[in-house]
This record gives sequence, C-alpha cells and structure tokens, in this order.
Amino acid sequence: MNSNLYALIGLGVAVSFIMALKGLSAPKTARRGNLIGAFGATVATVIVFFDPAIEEGHNTLLIIGAIAFGVIVGVPAARKIQMTQMPQLVALFNGVGGGAAALVAIVEYLNLGDGASFGEVLATVFTVLVGSVSFSGSVITFLKLQELMTTRPVVFPGGRFVIAATLAGALGTSGWVIASGGTTPLLVLAGLSLLFGVLFVLPVGGADVPIVISLLNAFTGLTVAASGYVLQSTLLIVAGTLVGASGTILTRKMAEAMGRSLFGTLFGAFTAKPQAASEAGEVRPVKSGSPDDVAILLNYAQRVVIVPGFGLAVAQAQHTVRELADLLAEKGVEVAYGIHPVAGRMPGHMNVLLAEANVPYEQLVEMEEINPTFPQTDVVLVVGANDVVNPAAKTTPGCPIYGMPILDVASAGNVIFLKRSMRPGFAGIENDLLYDAKTTLLFGDAKDSLTKVVNALKAL
Amino acid sequence: MTSMAILTIFILSVFVGFEVVSKVSTTLHTPLMSGANAIHGIILIGAILVAAEAKTTLETTLAILAVVLATINMVGGFVVTDRMLEMFKGKGGKK
Repeated sequence: MNSNLYALIGLGVAVSFIMALKGLSAPKTARRGNLIGAFGATVATVIVFFDPAIEEGHNTLLIIGAIAFGVIVGVPAARKIQMTQMPQLVALFNGVGGGAAALVAIVEYLNLGDGASFGEVLATVFTVLVGSVSFSGSVITFLKLQELMTTRPVVFPGGRFVIAATLAGALGTSGWVIASGGTTPLLVLAGLSLLFGVLFVLPVGGADVPIVISLLNAFTGLTVAASGYVLQSTLLIVAGTLVGASGTILTRKMAEAMGRSLFGTLFGAFTAKPQAASEAGEVRPVKSGSPDDVAILLNYAQRVVIVPGFGLAVAQAQHTVRELADLLAEKGVEVAYGIHPVAGRMPGHMNVLLAEANVPYEQLVEMEEINPTFPQTDVVLVVGANDVVNPAAKTTPGCPIYGMPILDVASAGNVIFLKRSMRPGFAGIENDLLYDAKTTLLFGDAKDSLTKVVNALKAL
Repeated sequence: MTSMAILTIFILSVFVGFEVVSKVSTTLHTPLMSGANAIHGIILIGAILVAAEAKTTLETTLAILAVVLATINMVGGFVVTDRMLEMFKGKGGKK
C-alpha cells in the first residue's frame, strides 16, 4: 500500500479514538462513541497487513488464526458475563493488553538485536516493566473481585521491604538491560516486574480496587505509546497516549469521588501496616427482624429510600428490588434510590444494574442530592451495602475509609439492613450503625429476603 | 520519524486525552474506563507487525501469543462496553 495512504488511514483511526473517548463522556453519545472506536480499531487491524514497513510478511495465516482464536475467547466472555462480574472482566482485559504490550516489546527487542538505539532500548525496558506490572496486577485484582482470594488487604510483616526490594531489583535490572543489553536481563526484568505487580496490588483492599484497575488501565495505555515509539507507529503513540492521559484523569476523578488520595492509594503498598483484627471481638447485641416486621415498617412509611450495594449485585436482586419499589409506590409511598458513586465494585455499577431492571432514571438520586433528604425519610432500606453508609468514614480518623463521603442514612427514622451475615463490608471495617437502636437487620440473601418482604407486603 | 516529531505527537495527545474526558459524569466512569481499555487493545497492530517480521520460533511463539492476548483485550473490551451502555438505552436524554 502507498505509504501516504496508509498513514492517512492511520490518522483517521486515531481521530476515531478521540471521538470514541469524547462520545463516551456523555450518556447520549456513549454507545455511538464506543462503536466508532470499535470501527476504527477494526479498520486498523485490517490495513496493518498492508503496512509498507512489512517487507516480506511471515506467518500471515498463523496471525489470522490467532486473531480468530482471540475473538472466540473474548466475545463470548464479554457477552455471557453477569453484570456483577463486569468489573473483574474489565480488569482481566486490561491485564492481557498489558501482557501483549510487554510481549511485543520483548519480540521487537529480540528482532532488533544489537541494532537497537538507546531510545528504543529505553522504551522497551519501560514497556516490559509496566506491561508486566499491569498484567500481574490485573490478574490479582481479578482474583480479588471474583472472590477467588481474600478481598481484604493482604499485608505481611516486612511486606513493604519486600515490595521496595522488588521494585529496586526491577529498576536495577532495567539499568542492566540498558547498560549491557541481552535477552537474559530482559527476561529477569519481566519476572521481577510480574512479581512487583502482585505485591503492589495485594495490600490494596476494599474500596481502592476500582482505582487500581483504572490506574493499571492508564499504565497499559502508556506501554502502548512506548511500543508505538519502538515500532514507528504514530497510531500506537496517539492511541496509547490518549488512554494514558484520559486514564490518569479518570483515576483522579474516581479517587476524588471516593474521597481518597491518589497518592495514598498508590503508595498504600509501602505504608500499609498489618491491622489489628479490628475490635470485632466483642459481641454486641443487634436487633434482627422478620420479613413481616420489615414489610410493616415499609407499609406505613411516607418516604422510603433504597440504598443498593454490592450485595444487591451478587444476589441479582435488581428485579426484585424494583418489584418492591413498584408495590410501595402503588401503596402511595414515595420511593427513591440513593446511589453512592462507588457503591458496588466500580463507579456507576449500581446505575448499570438498576437500569437493567428498568428502574426509572429519575428515581436514581445521586449522593449529594439525597443526603439532605434523609431527615425527612422514614425508612432507609440498605440492600447489601455497608461501607458506603458506614459512619466510621466520618467519625473514625485512621480507618481505611476515613474521609470517604457517605450516604447519611443514620439521620433517617429507621434503617433496615439486608445482609448476608454480620461480616464487615468489602473494606473490612466494623459498622457501628448495625448496632444502632433504630436499625433492624434482616439476614439472608438479598433476593430471598426481598421476595419474602414483597410477599409479606402483598399479604398486608 | 524524528524524535522531535514523536515528542510533539506525544505531548499533544496528552492534552487531547486530558481534554476529552474532563467533563465525564460519574455514571459513565465505568463504561469510559472500559472503552479506554478496549482502545489500548490496538496494541494488536503492534503484535501483528512483530509477528509478521518474526524469524525464530521463539519470536513467532511470543508474537502470536501477543496477538491472541491483544485481540481478547480489543474485541472483548468493545463488546463489554457496548453491553454496559445497552443498559442505558431509551433512558438517555434526561441528563
């Protein structure tokens, strides 16, 4: 293909990515934006086979086979995944992207041999290091979110020294690659970076996981940009940098929405101390109620606010919660949903879930707007949420969620918690509100409990 | 390409990246992250380029693995983002 035409199409693809990100920033244009991006990416994938830089193309059939295989793996995974598991799938996709970038850098390095310039070696080292961290870190976030391992911060004695030593080792090896070159140090670097990725994410717990996914996403973007430098591809430079820059902004915005400092999240690995196993040892009395009690409380309320959390997502209870809300509305009760920006495992998770159950958009009220209405609210129904309503975020300096804005459900008349158990939330912090006199607990799977409450309400 | 040209492209892209997402609403944080995630799957073209030039078995194996991973990232990323956004359809226009 004529190299000017090729470059021109590449430019078009880069523009499509800018339009994709722009579109994704507003609800109206989001879906179209995503499709524009997908179209651009498809065009780029087809024309790359005609890249004038490829002198004699090897492996064409093998490459097409590999793409087909990737599609066969990726598409059904994305199609069939439950809405609740979407965050971990995004984490996993990000991880394999980072892994791909690291592999590309390694292969290009092998290919260039001694002919690599200083800048190319530097970019290779950066890509291998950051891509590997992104890969292994994303795999750990996946395991955490999928609850294949503990969701609590994993901290071991001397952990921060091990982490610091691993990082120092990785940086030292980078110097080794740059100074003397060769395949061995590059592979050692990849190994150490993979280890660092694991150690970096292990101490991150609870609410910080989405921030880490977003951060690793931005990292992967930067590795793609660095690969673009080595491979002389403007498109890769532009696309990677776009993701790196927008991902950084997005990470900062998420951190702000959660009231976390980005710095604290980033370097949590170095400062995390083994926490005393909280004061959960003491057994305090709680008031637990039956579905009938809950139904009566709801039936005679003027205004009910439903606060959904991850428990709702796990139990797939979004349709049942809507049924309950509709039933209450029929009985003349004013119903609204209080949506904490980070309820669930990702910002906006609850909006997606409730939209799936066709909950009217106007009933979803954001935190800033709903908080002043709690004193006029008779009953708050907390469905599988915990950390986002935990007053410790305001009252206990030093606790992991201190400073995070919360839903002030404590100022409402009654609070009903639907919970699976007394187990603390994702962040692993005791919630004093559970022991409050105005709190009623209804134990069980959120969907079962809600179904029972709906039946009890119908019988009233 | 000269280093200066690359640096120019890089710096300008940083600003464009900052600018395009500066007004995103909280509701769209997740789909935007997921969409950006799909876009960096474009490393696929890098993977294809190195696979096409690979000479040894080791290079070919690693490059083909990169093609598979990058495809999963890109295709899966766009599909999952579309599924998320599908949930919002018919309800837009209010915000």
